[in-house]
Amino acid sequence: MEMPKKNLLSAQLDLKKFEKATDEEKRQADVMSESTTFFKDGMRKLMKNPLAVGSIIVLILVVLMITVVPAFVPYSYEEIISVNGVRDSSAKNLAPFEYSTLEQQYIAEGGKIFPHIMGTDELCRDYFIRVVYGTRVSLFVGLFASIVVLVIGVLYGAVSGYAGGKIDLIMMRIVDIIYSLPDLLVIILLSVVFRETLDLSGIPVIGSLGSNMVSLFLVFGLLYWVGMARLVRAEILSIKENEYVLAAKSIGAKPGHIIKKHILPNCISVIIIATALQIPSAIFTESYLSFLGLGVALPMPSLGSLANSARQAMSSNALKLVFPATMICLIVLAFNLLGDGLRDAFDPKLRK
Amino acid sequence: MSEESKYLVEVKDLKQHFKVQQGFFGSTYLKAVDGVSFNIKPGETLGLVGESGCGKTTVGRTLLRLYQPTSGEVRFNGELVTDKNITSLRKEMQMVFQDPYSSLDPRMTVEDIIGEPLDVHHLYANKKERRDKILDIMQLVGLNAEHATRYAHEFSGGQRQRIGIARALAVNPKFIVCDEPVSALDVSIQAQVINMFEDLQAKLGVAYLFIAHDLLIVHHISDRIAVMYLGKIVEIADADELNDSPIHPYTLSLLSAVPIPDPNKARESKRIILEGDVPSPLNMPSGCPFRTRCKYATEKCAAECPTLTDRGNGHMVACWNK
Repeated sequence: MEMPKKNLLSAQLDLKKFEKATDEEKRQADVMSESTTFFKDGMRKLMKNPLAVGSIIVLILVVLMITVVPAFVPYSYEEIISVNGVRDSSAKNLAPFEYSTLEQQYIAEGGKIFPHIMGTDELCRDYFIRVVYGTRVSLFVGLFASIVVLVIGVLYGAVSGYAGGKIDLIMMRIVDIIYSLPDLLVIILLSVVFRETLDLSGIPVIGSLGSNMVSLFLVFGLLYWVGMARLVRAEILSIKENEYVLAAKSIGAKPGHIIKKHILPNCISVIIIATALQIPSAIFTESYLSFLGLGVALPMPSLGSLANSARQAMSSNALKLVFPATMICLIVLAFNLLGDGLRDAFDPKLRK
Repeated sequence: MSEESKYLVEVKDLKQHFKVQQGFFGSTYLKAVDGVSFNIKPGETLGLVGESGCGKTTVGRTLLRLYQPTSGEVRFNGELVTDKNITSLRKEMQMVFQDPYSSLDPRMTVEDIIGEPLDVHHLYANKKERRDKILDIMQLVGLNAEHATRYAHEFSGGQRQRIGIARALAVNPKFIVCDEPVSALDVSIQAQVINMFEDLQAKLGVAYLFIAHDLLIVHHISDRIAVMYLGKIVEIADADELNDSPIHPYTLSLLSAVPIPDPNKARESKRIILEGDVPSPLNMPSGCPFRTRCKYATEKCAAECPTLTDRGNGHMVACWNK
């Protein structure tokens, strides 16, 4: 239908120049990005981050190393090298892939000897397997201590932040008091007490780690969670002011439901980052305690105690320090980068 | 019909005083809502207008017990609302929030946001029923089924407000407090959302307490309008009656501030510009709260606070002089 123009300069549109969109064209406009679950979406984004993927690969390799390697390396971490049942006192401080005189003789006679990939230490033990076991111990200590910190810190912080008012005040003053306790002193005191009173020899994993590690875990459980608790509380204080929390309340949701469904998921990125940073920090703590002689019980190695004993012979055999130090760096860096990647991936507000 | 069940919501002398710390030792009370009474019939819309900070939002939230009221009572269907029965009554009374951005959890999909009230009140037998219910409600508010698995941040303001409305409707309530549901939206979107509110009322017979500061919108959607000033209701009347023959001087000045679309008429109309500022609710004037800015104020206004009196046809006004 032709519509007459009101006047010559009118901007009135001529309807004839338009045509209706076909059904297919309409459907095209409807297609939008495919929807996925929160977790899937986060993982997809994580997998696009090269640094995070690199860290995951490094961590998987490290975990593979500490689980698979002890099965096919014929030495044990406390075994002094012997050739044909004869103790080899010449296998002291060997360089990587070097054989001692006794071993060279044995090879010349047609025997086979597994190479010392990282050489040997001053007590004629294979250094590679000690580094592997040291990594195992350090990772275990780091993960376990972080889980202790995570559970206690998140629960305490969540309750304190959500309750608010007087309860928050009292709970945070307790945190302040714990913050002011010297952690090193507490660890030393606890290890002295435990060395005298605890008999751990019967317990499988903890027994070989020694009473010092028990006091380390205990100190993490007693003292180190306060940082996490403060972080979680601060985050929750800001989250609970959001209207969606009020909306949940108006729906009739109970406080437990609100904390679980609204508040914790919204501070998960903070918790992930803090945990990812807690693991290397626990590894460091274990290292400096080993340095002070308060670490794992001998002859069990840890990366810290290996680095410490290598430090004494640094001028003669610098490589002994390089191996455990590199492992520490790799693990710490990988956890830090992974933590960053996780935060970027699981924060929908940053999503493109 | 008995006297009790005539009204869906009855609010009697509701007060909400917040404690405010002043200095290190002293504390005083902020009288956000100071003795508010009104009734809402089933399927009716009561508009609540007033300027910023006069306690409109607090009335809505205290009504739903999101805040513990200082005193006064609220009855729902004749039943006194207490801390004990509020959890079950939340199925009947819902709220739509002002800010569609902060009132939706960014971690939840639309399906979970709308399904949350169903989860809380265990209103479904299996997952399929839950999903069907959610899709029904989404259709009701004009959302597509494929929106269900998206996150709230993927939507525009108007769509987000629809999600908020869908959440309120999920439990099939009889009464919804709409706390400035359109003031954060564009004008064109406002109209859509307002019309949707009206359609939903026609379909579901739900009653609204519609809080807003835009008189035109309130007049459009409301059956009756209550005007608030500094924590008190100064005038309640039918929407048209209030618009055509307002009595309270504050209502007069509010109405004169409404823009008139016709420029010829607008030139003829006279704006009543109030002098002075709104008094601090921490330090309220004695007697009538409006007397400091009222040109009719007398000594009686300072001495005694006027109560709402009926001027015929249910037109209630709290003023000594008009």
